[in-house]
Amino acid sequence: MKNNPLRFIYAVPYAVWMLLFVLAPIAVIVYYSFFDLSGNLTLGNYRNFFTSVYFKLTMSSFWYAFLITFFSLLISYPTAYFLTKTKHKQLWLLLIIIPSWINLLLKTYAFIGLMGLYGPINAFLETIGIGSQQILFTDFSFVFVSVYIFIPFMILPIFNSLDKINPALLDASKDLGANAWVTFKRVIWPMTIDGVKSGVQVVFIPALSLFMITRLIAGNKVITLGTAIEQQFLVTQNWGMGSTIAVFLIIFMFLIMVLTSGKEKGGNANGKVK
Amino acid sequence: MKGLVSGAAAILLVSFALLFTNYQLEHKAGGAGKDTITVYNWGEYIDPDLLKQFEEREGIKVIYETFDSNEGMMGKIEQGGTSYDLSVPSEYAVQMMEDRELLIPLDFSKIPNIKNIDPYFMNLPFDTDNTYSIPYFWGTLGIAYNPSLLEGQTFESWESLWDASLRQKLILVDSAREVIGVALNSYGYSLNSTSLQQLKEATDKLETMGPNVKAVIGDEVTQLMINNEASVALTWSGQAADMISENEDIDYIVPEEGSNLWFDNIVIPKTAKNIEGAYKFINFMLEPEVAAQNAEYVGYSTPNKEALAFMDEETVTDERFYPNEEARENLEVYENLGLETLGVYNELFLKFKMGLR
Amino acid sequence: MGKLSNLPKIYLAVVFLILYTPIFYLIYYSFNSGGGMSNFESFTLEHYQAVFQDTRLLIIVMNTVIIALLSALLSTTIGVIGALAIYFMRNKSMRQTILSLNNILIVSPDVIIGASFLILFTLIGVKLGFASVLISHIAFSIPIVVIMVLPKLQEMSTTLVDAALDLGASRKDVLTRVVLPYIKPGIFAGFFLALTYSLDDFAVTFFVTGNGFSTLSVEIYSMARTGITLTINALSGLIFVITMVLVLGYYMIGSRKVDQGVKR
Repeated sequence: MKNNPLRFIYAVPYAVWMLLFVLAPIAVIVYYSFFDLSGNLTLGNYRNFFTSVYFKLTMSSFWYAFLITFFSLLISYPTAYFLTKTKHKQLWLLLIIIPSWINLLLKTYAFIGLMGLYGPINAFLETIGIGSQQILFTDFSFVFVSVYIFIPFMILPIFNSLDKINPALLDASKDLGANAWVTFKRVIWPMTIDGVKSGVQVVFIPALSLFMITRLIAGNKVITLGTAIEQQFLVTQNWGMGSTIAVFLIIFMFLIMVLTSGKEKGGNANGKVK
Repeated sequence: MKGLVSGAAAILLVSFALLFTNYQLEHKAGGAGKDTITVYNWGEYIDPDLLKQFEEREGIKVIYETFDSNEGMMGKIEQGGTSYDLSVPSEYAVQMMEDRELLIPLDFSKIPNIKNIDPYFMNLPFDTDNTYSIPYFWGTLGIAYNPSLLEGQTFESWESLWDASLRQKLILVDSAREVIGVALNSYGYSLNSTSLQQLKEATDKLETMGPNVKAVIGDEVTQLMINNEASVALTWSGQAADMISENEDIDYIVPEEGSNLWFDNIVIPKTAKNIEGAYKFINFMLEPEVAAQNAEYVGYSTPNKEALAFMDEETVTDERFYPNEEARENLEVYENLGLETLGVYNELFLKFKMGLR
Repeated sequence: MGKLSNLPKIYLAVVFLILYTPIFYLIYYSFNSGGGMSNFESFTLEHYQAVFQDTRLLIIVMNTVIIALLSALLSTTIGVIGALAIYFMRNKSMRQTILSLNNILIVSPDVIIGASFLILFTLIGVKLGFASVLISHIAFSIPIVVIMVLPKLQEMSTTLVDAALDLGASRKDVLTRVVLPYIKPGIFAGFFLALTYSLDDFAVTFFVTGNGFSTLSVEIYSMARTGITLTINALSGLIFVITMVLVLGYYMIGSRKVDQGVKR
């Protein structure tokens, strides 16, 4: 590609979007984070962030985001793999997404009913002799519902990268005497790593700032950074502190991006896996 | 490529077809008159039938828009770009809106029906002389409980919430002032306390309530109580009334140490474009029959004393939702404590929630 | 492709069962003559009648669909452009920075996005309503499209593009004949997830909407305090069934065309 200054002219809409809807808001947020409630310039918000409450909050947010991402991947990878083997795979894929078009609050209320003490799940546990359990407002229910929300976002990119694998490649691997595990590790996994990275990004990052579910399903026994920001902006109306937490959230996100791209094999050479 | 283009074209086509249908529908619904008012209220917080009655009588079309929190509503009005003619903030929000000069003073000569409001609910501390607001609905904060799921516990006192028999049973509201207020009330302190010492005592005591707490949630508590999913909840009277109407086992009590008295109030925000129409609407809503019909639909307690005559005898004599004057003695209305103190309350509450397991 | 044996079939069946259970639960209670999503009393269609009598609700539903379709379409277009720009960037750290900036809207809590967009719109003087909601939905859906399209671009071997260029294809041809067909699955994934983002959003829409314009999510959330009516369940059931019919219908027509094409 030549170094033509007009080469990126087509990218103008994207650049405008980034300027107006990403860079401008960040500037505003960083600006606000240096002010206290009465409008004085201060570093107090940053000092406050390092107090025990917010530090603990950050730790637990990361822990739950990790759990959610881990289980989403665990469930989504085989799902995506099996989907590529079905007859009407595009249709099945679409059927994975459709449930996410029904309003989330409504589905959450349905989960409250389903997981309730007198709900169908407990009725089932009762009949198979396990006895009814408190499912709602536990770590389990929180992770379960979060994974439910996120799996379409994980399945799609993985499906797309699995789908392009040439079956001949797998046959070749088999012919060369590789067993299923070696084929997976050496052939399939490397070829889908980009899809997995996308999936991890679109699950882990938003999972850090999940809210609503933390209240409805976890009964506020799980609190994420997102919930804390939400509270600061709406309830406490301390935009300075809310912005400070948001600044940290953005920094964390940058770190995650750097980490997940660490093994990128230079330039645009991906896909040339041989 | 061809697939992408035809797909995009199909989406555009469908969108424009829908836009057109929408335009048709809106015009059909629009009716003849150009006169409209925009009411900004909580969802499902008015009898839609009354909107129709008002439209027919006054020839003013009502556009009904909804919000889900006082703070969100204030943000919208403060930022401008909208033209809400009426809104219904809670009492502390009225004070905040007044401080930020978001409200228009009311002209009582245009609201003759104001005489129907019980004088007890006028001239309250959050808006002395009712310069900006008229109460719409009111209620208390108390304990909703289901005796059929509990072994004979009673809740005459806030202290009972600390009882060891309630382990992992109690549902709290996700709101700092209400929850810390329980501990403040149990010590006999004011709900508007700004003393750090008192707040510390209160939150220390709250921490010992931790093992009893099953969850800290919002409006979902109604569904949980109705489903027998939860047996005790700290909740507002309005929601308790919703619970009781669906599940007769549930009872509601305001503990004797006292509690919070809340109000949702009609105001005219500064964004109003049709102030005359807004006055007509307020006056209409204050008519006894109208207020009665609205109260029966919404299920909350009305401050309109003339309306009581048009309502179900059983409802208006229910002391749980229409407490007598003696019971009202111990109730305290929230004052706006300022953002600084609000921040302290919320930080303490966050710590409390972080300690829950 | 090979056939599935029984174990994978069961696995997929379980996944689909879990995905659809809450929806069937919602629909089941839309036929309840009682007040809420519990204690099924007796069968009724009254909630479905209520949907069709409520013109305001129908207008809101159509608004929601229009916003979702248009915003998904436009954000997909811009997102694909963005992904191409990032792909062709040669400076690695620059690419990394842009990609991180791209993701900021995904990590930001909705309240912040809503509040900052509201400030932005009032500053620029965009009238709050249809336009501001549409622009916001496009804005927050762009990053997901970029993330879905980029891996497909990265998989595409550069030799493919080079070969086409060597064969004398113009840049435009390379784009429309080689690149876009290759990344099509990523584009579709981005489009559908953008639809999801748009349909699910409550907080941003709430902040940036003005008089007379509302979406289904805003309507449902603001009902939470006094309880969501079963009319909404009935409505969701209808939307679900219509979507299913459309998707299955479209798919069947589409696959028949392909079959005929192959035969000829």
